[in-house]
Amino acid sequence: MKILICICQVPDTVTKIVLKDNNSTVEENGTTFIINPYDEWYALVRALELKESGAAESVHIINVGRANVEPVIRKALALGGDEAVRIDADSTDSYSIAYHIADYARDKGYDLILCGKESIDYLNGAVGPMLAELLDIDYIGFATSINIEGNSAVVKREIDGGEETATCNFPLVVSCQKGVAEARIANMRGIMTARTKPLKVVTPTAIAALTTIASYELPPAKAGVKLIDPNQMDELVNLLHTEAKVI
Amino acid sequence: MSVIVLVEHTEGVIKKKSLEAVQYASEIAKKMNTTAAAIVAGKATDEEMKNLGQYGAQKVLHVQDDRLNELHARAFTRILVTAAKKESSQVIITLHDVNGSSIAPRVAIQLNAALITGALSYPDLEKGFVVKKSVFSGKAFAFVQAASDKKVITLMPNSFPLIKNEGTATIEKLEVAFEEKDFGVKVKEVNKITGEIPLSDAELVVSGGRGMKGPENWGLIENLAHELGAATACSRPVADAHWRPHHEHVGQTGTTIRPNLYIAAGISGAIQHLAGVSGSKTIVVINKDPEAPFFKAANYGVVGDVTEILPQLTAAVKKFKEQQH
Ligand SMILES: Cc1cc2nc3c(=O)[nH]c(=O)nc-3n(C[C@H](O)[C@H](O)[C@H](O)COP(=O)(O)OP(=O)(O)OC[C@H]3O[C@@H](n4cnc5c(N)ncnc54)[C@H](O)[C@@H]3O)c2cc1C
Ligand SMILES: Nc1ncnc2c1ncn2[C@@H]1O[C@H](COP(=O)(O)O)[C@@H](O)[C@H]1O
Repeated sequence: MKILICICQVPDTVTKIVLKDNNSTVEENGTTFIINPYDEWYALVRALELKESGAAESVHIINVGRANVEPVIRKALALGGDEAVRIDADSTDSYSIAYHIADYARDKGYDLILCGKESIDYLNGAVGPMLAELLDIDYIGFATSINIEGNSAVVKREIDGGEETATCNFPLVVSCQKGVAEARIANMRGIMTARTKPLKVVTPTAIAALTTIASYELPPAKAGVKLIDPNQMDELVNLLHTEAKVI
Repeated sequence: MSVIVLVEHTEGVIKKKSLEAVQYASEIAKKMNTTAAAIVAGKATDEEMKNLGQYGAQKVLHVQDDRLNELHARAFTRILVTAAKKESSQVIITLHDVNGSSIAPRVAIQLNAALITGALSYPDLEKGFVVKKSVFSGKAFAFVQAASDKKVITLMPNSFPLIKNEGTATIEKLEVAFEEKDFGVKVKEVNKITGEIPLSDAELVVSGGRGMKGPENWGLIENLAHELGAATACSRPVADAHWRPHHEHVGQTGTTIRPNLYIAAGISGAIQHLAGVSGSKTIVVINKDPEAPFFKAANYGVVGDVTEILPQLTAAVKKFKEQQH
């Protein structure tokens, strides 16, 4: 059982977003980058648990990105990934990312490919299902628990208005969210050994993106909070009805 | 040339967010001088399907197959691809929810179409094909441009008010040649949350944080939610402490919601919490600390103790509702 984890790097959530060049790009100077939380806390940690329990023999990490992502890839190795590959291309639209990953993974015999439910920067949640389609295999999205029974995965997934348990044979792509595992912290030994673990860089064949970002915009500043006297809840209800028009 | 839109239903009753998607598709069709066709799969009554005309659908393509009452993403992909080819569609719409997000990316690959997820606006056709979406956990918007002839869009629910008109849609059967692999995911057990309003679809939400002090006080949240007809939610530490079930946790690592009204009681307003709720149209914050960061993101604020404010607010809502009748 071989597992592949797709990771991407995202600005830390506490980062203040500053636009530049006439709102065409986001300022990256001074931004701290982290592994997308869904990829790290849930996908990667669950894969490590499966390896520790003997259910999986290897956990590989893949990223489509430039050399500046390597510190984040090393962090994933420090948590316990066996080896990593970076596809040296811009991490732009979901289609080109999925295309590069599929191209690499196609003949490598991965049984289970895990990704996050979405990246917290562009919030697409598209790489996983696109990858599954390109590899002509199944995809289970929004998993809250992943187990292995024989030749198939038993996955709990969020559905509209509830949760269900589904099974599917390998190979399979699963996107992970809260519930799948508990976040871990890398220990000193992990950090030391990560330095010598293989991090392969692959130059891909070029592929044209299907989407681009024309520009950005910041949300309008809030008008400021209207404070209501704690003894005047009738007034609050009235404002919600007549002014906000929400009840 | 028509615009096609995937419709979701619960036991045959079409979901409100899907009516919104049908209306969205119809408006785009108008801009493109064409018509909109709604795709309905599984069991749905003729009445429900015809009524999609009230939201602008000219016709409904109905796929009758009982297996489609469950989410089989590859089967739904085949349905949309079949319909898109039949209708020579340039634009395919689904919702940005657990269903649409599992299907739309696959459709985009099959049709070699650009995928734009979580749309908040109509495409700007003058600028090419540019759609607004939320990025960086709600801290900015991006205008995404499609660079291909065909486009697949997932619409963020609760982005456009529904407007009902006169109209009936015609119903046509759509034949789809499914393959065995389309049903490779087997559903073993389903747990629907019954009785409550699903959080991700709720228009009104009442939410509690650590300031509620303990699960024994949640009756205060539930009573207000009940009076309003709202869903309930909570901050992450509350779910982590098992005061509330995990599916209620909103924020960066939980559910993202965009209700019309979000009432936050005893929640400080950490940036990771705001990431899940900043798309709410109106935010009411109840907190005893006037310096709580949440007040900066709020439209209305009440400085006070939740155990006193919540019952008073509940009583005021009750009084208001009675006057309405
Ligand atoms: C990577 C990461 C991801 C995270 N993801 C999420 C997420 O998805 N969702 C989330 O919610 N959090 C998330 N968090 C946690 C987040 O940073 C905050 O710690 C959390 O939101 C705080 O929850 P709270 O507001 O309920 O509690 P607190 O911060 O403890 O705030 C309690 C508030 O209640 C008020 N209060 C106390 N008593 C009363 C009273 N009697 N009456 C009125 N007000 C009272 C206090 O003044 C205070 O403002 C995340 C954190 C990290 C690091
Ligand atoms: N550049 C990338 N390299 C590798 N995996 C990625 C990349 N971008 C996204 N992913 C994976 O796809 C998931 C969904 O991302 P997205 O479709 O961008 O929301 C992420 O949680 C990652 O697991």
